[in-house]
Amino acid sequence: MSAVFEQPSLWQRVKPILFGFDGPLLTAVLILAAIGLVTMYSVGFDHGTRFVDHGRNMLIALLLLWLAAQVPPQRLMALAVPVYTIGIALLIATAIFGITRKGATRWLNLGFTVIQPSEILKLATPLMLAWWFQRCEGKLRAPEWAAAAAILLVPFLLVAKQPDLGTSLLILSAGLYVLFFAGLSWKLIVPVMALGAAGIVALIVAEPTICQPGVDWPLLKEYQQHRVCTLLDPAKDPLGKGFHILQGMIAIGSGGLTGKGFMQGTQTHLEFIPERTTDFIFAAFSEEFGLLGTLGLLLAFTFFLFRGLMIAAEAPTLFARLLAGSITLSIFTYVFVNMGMVSGILPVVGIPLPFVSYGGTAMVTLGLAIGILMSIARSQRLMQS
Amino acid sequence: MTELRNVERELDSFRGRLLAAALFVLFCFGLLAARLVWLQVIRHDDLATQAESNRVAVVPVVPNRGLILDRHGVVLANNYSAYTLEITPSGLADTLEATIDALAEVVEVTPRDRRRFKRLQEDSKNFESLPIRTKLSDEEVARFVAQRFRFPGVEVKARLFRHYPLGDVGSHLLGYIGRINTAEKTAMEDWDEEDIANYRGTEYIGKLGLEQAYERELHGKTGVEQVETSAGGRAMRRLAHQPPTPGNTLMLSVDIRLQALVEQLFGERRGALVAIDPRNGEVLAFVSKPTFDPNLFVDGIDTESWRGLNEDIDKPLLNRALRGTYPPGSTFKPFMAMAALNSGKRGPHTIIQDNLTFSFGGRVFGSPESDRPGPKDMRLAIVGSSNVYFYTLANEMGVDLIHDELKPFGFGRKTEIDVQGEVTGDLPSTEWKRRRFSRPEHQKWYAGETISLGIGQGYNNFTMLQMATATATLASGGQRYRPRLAREIVDVVSGERRRIASDALEPLPLKPEQVAVIRDAMGGVPKEGTSRAAFMGAAYASGGKTGTAQAIGLKAGERYSQIKADERKRDHSLYVAFAPLEAPTVALAVIVENAGFGSTSAAPIARRVFDYLITGAYPSEQDIALVREGKATAPVGAPRAATDVPLPSINGALLP
Repeated sequence: MSAVFEQPSLWQRVKPILFGFDGPLLTAVLILAAIGLVTMYSVGFDHGTRFVDHGRNMLIALLLLWLAAQVPPQRLMALAVPVYTIGIALLIATAIFGITRKGATRWLNLGFTVIQPSEILKLATPLMLAWWFQRCEGKLRAPEWAAAAAILLVPFLLVAKQPDLGTSLLILSAGLYVLFFAGLSWKLIVPVMALGAAGIVALIVAEPTICQPGVDWPLLKEYQQHRVCTLLDPAKDPLGKGFHILQGMIAIGSGGLTGKGFMQGTQTHLEFIPERTTDFIFAAFSEEFGLLGTLGLLLAFTFFLFRGLMIAAEAPTLFARLLAGSITLSIFTYVFVNMGMVSGILPVVGIPLPFVSYGGTAMVTLGLAIGILMSIARSQRLMQS
Repeated sequence: MTELRNVERELDSFRGRLLAAALFVLFCFGLLAARLVWLQVIRHDDLATQAESNRVAVVPVVPNRGLILDRHGVVLANNYSAYTLEITPSGLADTLEATIDALAEVVEVTPRDRRRFKRLQEDSKNFESLPIRTKLSDEEVARFVAQRFRFPGVEVKARLFRHYPLGDVGSHLLGYIGRINTAEKTAMEDWDEEDIANYRGTEYIGKLGLEQAYERELHGKTGVEQVETSAGGRAMRRLAHQPPTPGNTLMLSVDIRLQALVEQLFGERRGALVAIDPRNGEVLAFVSKPTFDPNLFVDGIDTESWRGLNEDIDKPLLNRALRGTYPPGSTFKPFMAMAALNSGKRGPHTIIQDNLTFSFGGRVFGSPESDRPGPKDMRLAIVGSSNVYFYTLANEMGVDLIHDELKPFGFGRKTEIDVQGEVTGDLPSTEWKRRRFSRPEHQKWYAGETISLGIGQGYNNFTMLQMATATATLASGGQRYRPRLAREIVDVVSGERRRIASDALEPLPLKPEQVAVIRDAMGGVPKEGTSRAAFMGAAYASGGKTGTAQAIGLKAGERYSQIKADERKRDHSLYVAFAPLEAPTVALAVIVENAGFGSTSAAPIARRVFDYLITGAYPSEQDIALVREGKATAPVGAPRAATDVPLPSINGALLP
């Protein structure tokens, strides 16, 4: 008799698996995905199967999102150490047996496929750091902070050494966000940021002298120096990266207030925008949808990011809070760096625009990251109910 | 209680930081928004005009490809400009077929043009502009321009074309250029950014031979042009210009007159010849017959011509000098003798009783009918080409010692010549056989297999390039070089000449008195031995060795006389040689496929090469005809001075 009450119906068991998502976050994801698909349809028109492939990547990412959302944060915490350890092991293996292309050793041949292990660390590093701070909750002293710094610096240095400055900085920033949310002293943060700002100003002022041929900069590789100089004066390299920046800016500016309309972008369709389906897709979007479109896109991202921060604020455990906060700010970094690069206020680095740029790996990572956010949001609602 | 408050305080601090993060996000997005307003509102008019008329269309200006000259400055590859009619398939108003049909009413479009266009289209993207017609006459250009309005997506362009003025002379050596295909585009994605930028606008790339090997030198540096274009994409006015730097001139070590002479001497016969200067590794002639006309490939070869070349049983596309491997036959004997001396296995005066047969393990190894029995020392064995002497020698040395002694001469390994695609050949050893075969019963080396190695048969398989390099090493007493087809690169801007280093490799530690034995024996071959007929009356002394190699192995119980009738199963004729005998300036290896004895076909070609290089004598027409038929011995008719003989050239009429 009692069995009838204790045994929930199949529907009741399946319902949370299918639905229990955070409504606002899901709405933001769907809006951004729709923008991504529309834009890809236009820019990928003369580009073979780009649109269909983009859609397929999104479906795969959606499936991963759904799967990751089923994993409760406690289970995720148990995964932190093994995933991070495997990631580091693969990075070391890459440094020893890796495949070198264009002077960079970033890829590892596993026999059946070639992978780029640094991609794993983008999520594994914040995961590991969040796990560490959860473990040391309430007794954070200098040794614990030192250990956290080590957890962050090992993958950062391994990736920077490949060399892959872009990815290593993304790993560093994801880790620093965890440190920031864990309570890193403002006394450390403020001077570093001030120094950075001063450096940028100095760079702009000193551009005419330090970008002369023959001037070597400390720390940076020649191509990195070249990128910074190209940003400061795009006309210097009209066939290379400078061409990208110039044509990107023309595309954005010519879009005007309302844009040239869907499929009407001349810069895009006459192939003036290089890499228009990947890193420079924002230029194509801006040309066709204008200021209204770009501000709309910024708004959609803002909505998405704020919802992510709110999920972090409400999260039940320190681990979940730190992870949610770091993931949200990491996605913000992608958005800001990509848009900043295309609109010409940041140097050209190969960072895609989440949801919009073509690229399977980035889409998969994004799906997993949002899945984790969803899982954290769900665990918090389960706690309340 | 305190713990709870602690958690509470931490949560507060965390939320404070979340707020800070939110503000940071807003600040950064605010920056972006401001930048977007600046670009899209304030600078909109300016940037919109730029986009509309594509005012700053930055057009790469492809540099002129570098020239290729022979060692005396004869032009082997140059460029000429001509008008082409190009179609951009994605920009057409009508179907492609209909457009081409309509075009055919205005300018001539042959079926070959259509086929070639189809082949190009298979390998490119829809928005690329592809030539339907090349080399338009001025009249055709005028006719098309008058009706241009009918053909959106079709344009006349002035382009530079690669031209090989000597046609099929030295085609394997020069190679050719062709349109960059999809596979090459993919490969280019791995290049440095700088190189990728330099190839922006470049449509042609070296595909084979020297054009491929020296691509980076010949390409030059791409220039930039800022042009103002109309809405339709036509260039209206040049705004700024940074001129391209033409590619460098490549000067070869090959003497094209000699190359052409040798190709003529081969006639319709197949084969290869490589001549090297043993003093520096410079290649003087690099012949592979038959040849093909590289001009066919330049603007895209049509399917039919391609099939014709590809399926020809003579394999004109096969570079025999570089990729054709042959058993060396008796030309291997001097090297075997050198190995015997160097390893101490047999002295120069050891006498071997030659009874014309050698039995081993129940098998009988024979000699050609021309051989005479008797006691033989090393010199006599080489001059008279004794088989038994070298069967017994191979048996005494064993396969691995032969391998170890001859490997340093470059047999069975790449010479690292400056073109791509070289093959390794086979210099057998027990280890080699283990690696070569997969089934265990095939991997074991049988002592019986060693015997025929002594006379250059069995698993021995080398390219003429390896044979020539080894002969050069032997002739110079152990000096080794990486052979070089190119000699100098001339910078077109500064005029500076850069020598292409033919790095001397570490010399072989051969004893001069032992080298003298081999040199003396080889000197006997053209004087009193198997090639004396061809070298009768030569003004210099030379050293050489004839060889006859089986084209296919005889089946059990089959006799050579039975298959001799089938031309393609006939033996190959070989000759290795160097001259002058005492201080060699040229070493060569030559093979004439299916031409029988080495003395009848290969040696006469070597004689004429030496005559040309050492005395400057160019054979008479009558003599050339005899050599081509394989009926020549010593030169006949009055020799001509090389400079009096015009170079063969395809009609200069192609050059406007």
